Amino acid sequence: MDILVCVKRVPDTAENEIQLAGSGADIDREDLVYSVNEPDNYAVEEALQIASRTAGKVTVVTVGGDEDEEVLRREMAMGASAAALLSDGAFQGSDGRGTAAILKAFVQSQHFDLILTGVQADDGCAQVGGMLAAMLDYPFASLVTSIEVQEGRKLKIGREIEGGSKEINAIDLPCVLSIQTGINEPRYVGMRGIRQVASVPIPVYAAEDLGIAAATAGEGAAKVRRVDYFVPPAGKGAEILEGSREEIVDKLMGLLKAKGGLN
Amino acid sequence: MGQGIDSIAGATYWLVRGRELFLFLHLFGLACFAWIVARRLAPLVHARHDVRFDRPPARLARVLQYWLAQWRHPRYRFAGALHILIFAGFLLLASRVFSLLAMGVSDRFATAGSGGLLSVIRSYACTVVLLCMGVAIIRRLVFRPARYGRPTADPIFLLALIGILMAADGVFEGSQVAFHLKETGRAELLPPGSLSWALQAAFAGAGLSALRTLHLGAYLTHEIAFFFLLCYRPFGIQFHVETSLFSIYFAKLDRGTVKPVEWGVADEQLDRLPSLGVKKIEDFTWKHLLDFYSCADCGRCAEQCPANTVGRPLAPRTFSIKARDYLFHHYPVLGSSSNGTPLVGGLYSEEEIWSCTTCGACEAECPLLVEYIDKIVDLRRGLIDDGKAPQSLHKPLKSLETRGNPFGKMEKKRAEWAQGAVPVVNGGGVNTLYFVDSITSYDDRIQAIGRAVGRVMSRLDASFGILGAKERDSGHDVRRFGEETLFLALRDHNTGAIRSSGARRIVTADPHAFNALRHDYKDLPPVEHVSQVIARAVRSGELRLNPVDGGVYTYHDPCYLGRHNGVYDDPREVLDAIPGLHRVDMKRCRDRSFCCGGGGLALFYEARENERMGVLRVRMAAEAGASVIVTACPFCMVNLEDAIKVAGMEGKIAAIDLAELVDRQMVPPSTRVAAPAALSRVAGPV
Repeated sequence: MDILVCVKRVPDTAENEIQLAGSGADIDREDLVYSVNEPDNYAVEEALQIASRTAGKVTVVTVGGDEDEEVLRREMAMGASAAALLSDGAFQGSDGRGTAAILKAFVQSQHFDLILTGVQADDGCAQVGGMLAAMLDYPFASLVTSIEVQEGRKLKIGREIEGGSKEINAIDLPCVLSIQTGINEPRYVGMRGIRQVASVPIPVYAAEDLGIAAATAGEGAAKVRRVDYFVPPAGKGAEILEGSREEIVDKLMGLLKAKGGLN
Repeated sequence: MGQGIDSIAGATYWLVRGRELFLFLHLFGLACFAWIVARRLAPLVHARHDVRFDRPPARLARVLQYWLAQWRHPRYRFAGALHILIFAGFLLLASRVFSLLAMGVSDRFATAGSGGLLSVIRSYACTVVLLCMGVAIIRRLVFRPARYGRPTADPIFLLALIGILMAADGVFEGSQVAFHLKETGRAELLPPGSLSWALQAAFAGAGLSALRTLHLGAYLTHEIAFFFLLCYRPFGIQFHVETSLFSIYFAKLDRGTVKPVEWGVADEQLDRLPSLGVKKIEDFTWKHLLDFYSCADCGRCAEQCPANTVGRPLAPRTFSIKARDYLFHHYPVLGSSSNGTPLVGGLYSEEEIWSCTTCGACEAECPLLVEYIDKIVDLRRGLIDDGKAPQSLHKPLKSLETRGNPFGKMEKKRAEWAQGAVPVVNGGGVNTLYFVDSITSYDDRIQAIGRAVGRVMSRLDASFGILGAKERDSGHDVRRFGEETLFLALRDHNTGAIRSSGARRIVTADPHAFNALRHDYKDLPPVEHVSQVIARAVRSGELRLNPVDGGVYTYHDPCYLGRHNGVYDDPREVLDAIPGLHRVDMKRCRDRSFCCGGGGLALFYEARENERMGVLRVRMAAEAGASVIVTACPFCMVNLEDAIKVAGMEGKIAAIDLAELVDRQMVPPSTRVAAPAALSRVAGPV
């Protein structure tokens, strides 16, 4: 089974102190450390596991610039056998629909049985997977927590639904699935693995290669625009504890006891 | 009959002449033994290369100390004394065995060994070994020391076999002397109190023919028992009788170090290796496989192992015995060798491999110098290479790669702990570099230790500084958790930064960094732990310390300062230099110190355990009557302070770092010794 996994490079929330930039419409990107969007690692791991069970092949793709190549290499170090970087000046400033349109053009230029995405990007809206499926006219399932490959180009998938329940669906291939974190334990990628794929060529596809018209993607085509970034003000019932670490802990313990959270 | 008794070779056993019978039995026994040993050596031939033929004088010294002088045995007093007696007995009886075997095929040896001092010693040795077997069997059956685990038949059987061997020798000699006495009315005197002496007396009433039968029967029994034992030992714990000499000769000489991924492969070549670390049994080095054979299953390691003590799924002894049985199974004495289950996931669980804190207690205890840390690290390298790092370590490892610290903190904030009081080295000129390492740089609590070190060092050396943002994690535990490539990147970065700082010496307060800089890095200026620097200053009178009032202090030896680097006395000397300080040692101290839970990445590993190592350690301190635990390692501080809270002993017991204590007790500088202005400003109470 040939599987495509769409991944994204995002600022690593575990390793940065995110601060707003002066303009207010973005975060301060100086000194930021980027990494693969964490949920995408689960999608790649799941793809690798399915591929090893079905003698398949995993390709990873991202839309971005030269600097985004590093996340493709990391996923290749995980075990993906091919990667593609969709990069063009005309793609810049795309909204979710634009990104989906770019990916759709790439998918149509190749052959994939299954397309996976992470459940959502740390800085995204969990929309590209669904839109991509719609544009390709493929079935789509979100929040997938288990995948079982069945006879006759079908999958049995589990989905997480409200209240901790799980539903099981049958879905036809080809399809698009967004993978919930926790579906597996993504393997560790060491420096050695990354260095071993450091010189593997990664093909770059521009708008022209994919036959994407200017009106489909990029800033001009975007119908959603970010206008503001802000830290929400402390609302009613929200309290920020202040003081030394010990004082904060004491206050927190007091609150938890008072509200019945601790006995 | 009617013959003499002195010729075994000439005697007749059921129509067969002794010479022919014993020649056959000797050759058959030796052939079996040779075949078994050859089969046991087979996996060693397929194993990885190891560098163990260097420095013969040092290795011979090891043999004299740990093999011949049984150096580590008295650490367990009773069992140790017993073992020393048995070992000495074996050595003394070795020549006796050869002469006994020889007299089966030739009469030239028939009288050898009778009479003379040697024979007296031999008789007593035989008696003592027999008694020791009795005691050892009773010990195992009745007293059942916990470290042996559930009693099994095998050790008893082996002990009994040795007993039979000794008894046969006694009967052989006793019956011979009794025969002579009866026949001629005089005979050589047997050593009073010895087994053969007692037996000779007991046989006094027997007739010549019976004595002769007894004598010949004893010889045959000895012969069979000897060769059976020889061929049976390579199937169990007594194989160490043969292998220990080699295990000890080839033992690791350099403590504190970790073996390279593969001997003879340069660091730069590692990326070209198809696979890293140990994944199948032949990936171990031949010495490591030899260790598995040598393990005597005595359980001293497991009894000292903190992971085993708190119920983690790891015991060094089980680790060895499982591998040994795996070797026996996959390289059988009869039948063809086979490749079996994968090591991790089959023989060992992943948890088992990650449970070790590399504290080294097992290696400090093993009388046979069996190595564990290198094996564990090699297995971890294999797991990391296959992407099987524990989930809780992914983030810290990734942060170490991108930010140079496991916490994911910004590089530029690395020097913030110093609050500007410790100069960041810029170019050359500083005398002493303080290598801070990640936890002291970023952890709120531990930063206080850093500032204390800063104040103490500024008293002792006007010219010192830190690398600041240019410093990365030392990578000490990155290496010990098997991520060699990342370790090498960190090491290369730090080596460059340290060399270009122009510092003439390095001081650190973190034993993990200390061990890394000292053993894992190359071509650096000399490295010292701050406790060594302080001890020297106290000794010379450069640093004087104010008295403390009250409190009982105990010193907790950090594994990487004590066991791995032998620094036990300097910190104690500093404590003893504080007037009025009452110091007690815990029962487990110095090279038997009990690991508090491990440092570096071990802080991020969530082990399955019944209780925390730190909690046990804090209780040990309380048992010793201490109200203050002094340590000299930031990770110990984290673990011990947490443990004090978990154990509910806040207010009863406190932990303090040696540098903090010295900082608190330092007699303020006289007018002659002035601290740099910037430092004296922040030098308030911690």
